[in-house]
Amino acid sequence: MSSAGTFLPHRTLLGLLLTIGAVAAPHALHLPLWLTALVFACGLWRYMAGYQAWRLPPRWILIPLTLLCATGVALTYGTIAGRDAGVALLTLLVGLKLLEMRSRRDTVVVLFLGYFLVVTQFLFSESLFTAGWMLLMVWAMTALLITVTRPTDGKLSGAHCSLAAGMVLQALPVMLLLFVLFPRIPGPLWGMPESDARGVTGLSNEMTPGAISELSQSDAVAFRVEFDGDPPAASARYWRGPVLPYYDGTTWRRSQSPRSPPPVLETMDGAIDYVVTLEPHNEDWILALDLPVEVNLSARVGGDYDLRRDDPVRERLRYRARSHTNYRLDPGHGADEQAMYLHLPDGAHPRARELARGWRSEADTPRELMERALRHFREEEFVYTLQPPRLRDDPVDEFLFETRRGFCENFAGSFAVLMRAAGVPARVVTGYQGGEINPTGNYLIVRQSDAHAWVEVWRRDEGWLRVDPTAWVAPERIELGLADSIPESDVLPTLSRRDPGLMRHLALRWDAVNAYWDRWVLAYGPDLQRQFMKRVGIDNLSGMLTVLAVGLALVIAVVAAILLWQRPPRQTDPALNLWHELVRRLGRAGLPPNPGEGPRDYVHRVMTQRPDLAPRLRTAIGAYLRLRYGRQAQAADRDALQAAVRHLRP
Amino acid sequence: MQPGNQNEIATIRHADLETLLRQGDSVILGKSRQIRQAVACLLARGHLLIEDLPGVGKTTLAHLLAKLFGLEFRRIQFTSDMLPADIIGATVYEHRTGGFRFHAGPVFTQLVLADEVNRATPKTQSSLLEAMEERQVTVEGETRQLPNPFFVVATQNPGTQIGTFPLPESQLDRFLMRIELGYPGHSAERDLLMGQDRRALLEGLAPVMDAARLLQLQEAVAAVHTAPAVIDYVQALVSHTRQNVGFQHGLSPRAGLALLRAARAWTLLEGRDAVLPEDIQAVFPAVVGHRLEPMDAVAGTRRSDHALRILQAVTVP
Repeated sequence: MSSAGTFLPHRTLLGLLLTIGAVAAPHALHLPLWLTALVFACGLWRYMAGYQAWRLPPRWILIPLTLLCATGVALTYGTIAGRDAGVALLTLLVGLKLLEMRSRRDTVVVLFLGYFLVVTQFLFSESLFTAGWMLLMVWAMTALLITVTRPTDGKLSGAHCSLAAGMVLQALPVMLLLFVLFPRIPGPLWGMPESDARGVTGLSNEMTPGAISELSQSDAVAFRVEFDGDPPAASARYWRGPVLPYYDGTTWRRSQSPRSPPPVLETMDGAIDYVVTLEPHNEDWILALDLPVEVNLSARVGGDYDLRRDDPVRERLRYRARSHTNYRLDPGHGADEQAMYLHLPDGAHPRARELARGWRSEADTPRELMERALRHFREEEFVYTLQPPRLRDDPVDEFLFETRRGFCENFAGSFAVLMRAAGVPARVVTGYQGGEINPTGNYLIVRQSDAHAWVEVWRRDEGWLRVDPTAWVAPERIELGLADSIPESDVLPTLSRRDPGLMRHLALRWDAVNAYWDRWVLAYGPDLQRQFMKRVGIDNLSGMLTVLAVGLALVIAVVAAILLWQRPPRQTDPALNLWHELVRRLGRAGLPPNPGEGPRDYVHRVMTQRPDLAPRLRTAIGAYLRLRYGRQAQAADRDALQAAVRHLRP
Repeated sequence: MQPGNQNEIATIRHADLETLLRQGDSVILGKSRQIRQAVACLLARGHLLIEDLPGVGKTTLAHLLAKLFGLEFRRIQFTSDMLPADIIGATVYEHRTGGFRFHAGPVFTQLVLADEVNRATPKTQSSLLEAMEERQVTVEGETRQLPNPFFVVATQNPGTQIGTFPLPESQLDRFLMRIELGYPGHSAERDLLMGQDRRALLEGLAPVMDAARLLQLQEAVAAVHTAPAVIDYVQALVSHTRQNVGFQHGLSPRAGLALLRAARAWTLLEGRDAVLPEDIQAVFPAVVGHRLEPMDAVAGTRRSDHALRILQAVTVP
């Protein structure tokens, strides 16, 4: 071994540093800059140590440096435990260990830490890209591990790479088996932050002016839907989210009593069946097509007919649902008796109230009222825009009488206020409207930019009716989607636009791939596992573990069988078998052959080391050499060899 | 090789060979292994390349071999202005007879010492190397047989010297073995310094055998038994060089044949009639060293070191 810095050949060192760098690189997105820079500097120093024979820092520098850096992590995160700080610390230690890499053993430690780093990547991202990249990294690190641990000159070679690829391939069936059968732990992992969906854009459980137009700036996927039959028309694709009946003058809120009994629902014609893959949004509702009658998920139907779960949706959810687009919701029950649906705060929106009172005196029935309101919105030249002017004091009055430019929440909120002021029970419903069919994979993508708000008004005998004032002002928003309905000057995120370019085409393809990944890999949580197990006839944990154990044993047996099959046929030369026995006996006594040592040289060496064995060994080696290498094998030699080996007691 | 273990396998002793080796050892001191290898090379009908610094006894070794085997000996000192005709001969017009006559070159000898073969131009080198391979020379359409036995000992100074043409790999392959002599050990050097002049010593030597006996021994080498287990071992060694990427390319089938041929000769020298793995190992560095081009020729590592590493990596089957 040469000097401390240069024990690895240049190519191996470079491969190692690049691999570790590539493993750690995604962490740079969330690590503090000083830490990334420090780890990079460590790698660079280690490279120069191997390449230009720079000196590695001595231990008395490394130890304080490590403590200093750990303190830095503690100061940055306020802790050294938990996901973020833990990963920062691990990355830091890998970087510092590079500076201590003076022997093969250190290199092996660095590689093991690298495997651990691979695992930590999945605490931050479970995307297909991360999985592919990390699989590649596992392969690269395995190749390096083989290179480093082989008793050769430590040069990274194609043979090592292909051996590593073979090993990774052999591990794949085991991986699949564990994936399917290993018991899934419900809920987030220990040490994971409570809300990983923090900062995720999405609907909120209240609606203030501007909340939804903010969402229109995000092309993040809210959920994806696969329909059993043909998808419903765009104008019928109202995805019901939280229903907001409470109003305080600026903000619409959800019902506080989620446990109120579900209202009566009468459905009329053909049902629509579909499967939703919902992205985590960290709130407790789930979305379904207006109106759902069945969901194969533990969810409750609230008094306002919204679907709620007991826990926030922190993981991707996949559920099957059935909806009816023609229905009568709660027609008999007197919603007008519930003050909540008529409540307006005292003194709020005086001009709107006045307008509504005027309408009320003209119209007798709620239907006529609604038509009057519709006429108002059309005649007064309201504009649908993503960037409505700021509303200061009274968002409803200012919108209705001054600016007349607004996004769906302005329309929905104002309309609900007008209806209440006119004495018609009304509530705001938020959710998503529309969505885009991805021709690749034939499913519907609903993005955050499809977020929408509309109104439900109640009429005796007809129940709650969906009224979308936005559709009156900008019917193309409902028919064609957001992109075709807003002025051209308004800015939309890339994927929400409608230009038919190549990029968009590729993006849709990629979304389809991701959708499959989400559907078949990431959504495979405790629920789906239980369903799957039930289908194959395993209904308890011990059954699952038994199948897992048997499956693993089977995979190992198959791999072993293949390997044995590929081995050259076992020599049946009896002389050779006896010879192997002799070598085994001598090896057990601490006298193994040297690498590549010939039989004769070996036995002579042993005879000089152990003269007491010499007579037996001399007989044995003579007989063996004659049997195996001589011109004619003699039965007497075989017997002599057998006797000598049998009586050999080293 | 421990003495007294010759009874392990059927033995055929050749008293004259033993005498020859003993006498050789008395002239070139402390180089018993190299002398054995050179003799094995001769017995295996191969040609020998000696690569070492000037003054370590390359020429003496060639002389010695010729003397002991009783062979006709010629020395060709290669120079950069040499022409092929200087080696193989030329047809000359003779005024007296009024006709053309072939004047045989120095290559028409039983043992040719091609001294500093890398000094000559490639054209001249190749005329010698062709003669080595074919054991015949074609001059102006007429093929002339070289004597039998025919044995070339070529010497080459290693290192990058100005005005030399190192033999290309394809031509190195024509040599069965390549050996290095190296400096003598301390006591051997002392004996050398205190002893008689080597040249005088050589002059005083009597041949141990003649060309006819050599041909007979060469026949005996071909008859040495090679068990399948030995073939397995040779195959394992050869395939190791092909699968491991430490070399530019693996050993050729010709190298495998050469290995077996040299090992048989070594076996004969050892006084046995069947090849053992140890015989393969004994000749392996000399036979293989010049046929393997390591990927990274690190200064200071000798090619035979790579050969030793291969031996360590391959288990005897």
